[in-house]
Amino acid sequence: MKFRYLKNVVTLALDQDKCNGCGMCLEVCPQQVFKLNNKVSTISDRDACMECSACARNCPRQAIYVRQGVGCAYAVLMDKLNIRGKCCGDACGCSLDNIPDY
Amino acid sequence: MNNEPIKLPMAADQGEEAVCCPEEPLLLSYGDPAEANWVTGQLETTAGSVYRIATNPDRHDLIGSFKARWGFGRMNYTIPPALYAVGKPDNTSPVLVSANYKLSFDHLRRELTGLNLWILVLDTKGINVWCAAGKGSFGTAELLRMIDATRLVEVVSHRTLILPQLAAPGVSAHTVRKESGFRVVYGPVRAADIPAFLSAGNKAEPAMRRTQFNLPDRLVLAPVELTGMIVPLSIFGAALFLLNLAALVIKGSLVSFSLLISQTLSELAPFFIAMLVGIILVPALLPYIPGRPLAWKGWVLGMLWTFIYTTFISVPAGWLHTATFYLTLPAITAFLGMNFTGSTTYTSLSGVIKEMGYALPVIIFSAGLGLVALVAGYFV
Repeated sequence: MKFRYLKNVVTLALDQDKCNGCGMCLEVCPQQVFKLNNKVSTISDRDACMECSACARNCPRQAIYVRQGVGCAYAVLMDKLNIRGKCCGDACGCSLDNIPDY
Repeated sequence: MNNEPIKLPMAADQGEEAVCCPEEPLLLSYGDPAEANWVTGQLETTAGSVYRIATNPDRHDLIGSFKARWGFGRMNYTIPPALYAVGKPDNTSPVLVSANYKLSFDHLRRELTGLNLWILVLDTKGINVWCAAGKGSFGTAELLRMIDATRLVEVVSHRTLILPQLAAPGVSAHTVRKESGFRVVYGPVRAADIPAFLSAGNKAEPAMRRTQFNLPDRLVLAPVELTGMIVPLSIFGAALFLLNLAALVIKGSLVSFSLLISQTLSELAPFFIAMLVGIILVPALLPYIPGRPLAWKGWVLGMLWTFIYTTFISVPAGWLHTATFYLTLPAITAFLGMNFTGSTTYTSLSGVIKEMGYALPVIIFSAGLGLVALVAGYFV
């Protein structure tokens, strides 16, 4: 089962002219957002993107842009209220003990 | 509103390391591995001695995991960053890289029975792989530092590191290669797939690359959320107690203390159950509740609970009491649903900001009005 969050909100952008077709973005994306078409990466499932930025950081051609962030309401709230520090440890909601695995 | 640039502590511009709180480095004492229950001995290498670790978590580990899951001692549940040995590795054995959060470490090692390999544990400040990668502590710089500090080039003759796939948001594979000569291979998302990944020659099946979010994954954080509710619920319970007391004193009908207590507890019950709905039922039924925003999903179940409570369990006397429940209970579950965004494997920051933009004012308005109605209900 694949979950999808809100439609048309993510900041993901891909410059296909820079792409060399290495496929690294396909490999690191935990949400299978990309597909390779004729040796060029394409965004095939945009709404599945969670803006983790694994693709952008591992693209050797800097062809991908995404504003990296964690989709965590608690962290956003703490930031708006200017409460710092709480989110540095594991105390914030973005404590995915379930999937770190290793 | 989602187009304006918003600076968040964990949002990093591209190219920079994402750092959460650079001004306050966490000082953690990681202790001595020699005294750890999971160390079974030492192994001599050309770059010094390395601790060998057990692959079967023992009683200490199980108790520790249980406590961490409920939120006790969780902030300091760490292992010392170092190179460790599993089985009898030699200079051709694979090197796995992991975080120094002990739950992550235990997850990893229990899947490695019978294998001979190295584990390079980075200093991620006791935070798991995924969160540490998002915050940058499981990052390119820390990986390069530990490759250096452990003299890994002298321990192994090959130049391949196997990283958890979920470390990719923090690590730039091509930069690591350029700086250290080590090729980063992203392994499977789940530790259980590592033996299959290794025996397939470092190849991950597509299914191994997918994060899952099944029922157990969705509920694993419920205990720690419940622990977090003890204080707010106690405060709310105390407030209800005082309201009851004040109302009874004013009306001059205070008869017995135990009656006052049981009255308070029965009034607290629907709120307590709303909390359980938000923390347990919303995650459990997540795929089956219509609509995408998580606050909405929480609100839907909250309305359902309010309807059940006010129709079948305790029919309120008058419209003011009815309004109180319909305004407060769904606001609680909506807030908890929204809070669950931080525990999911699929929500984006942009989406969360958008959702909060409209959900939070509604929740605050509804809860505020509901509280006014609640207080008024005692005195009219």
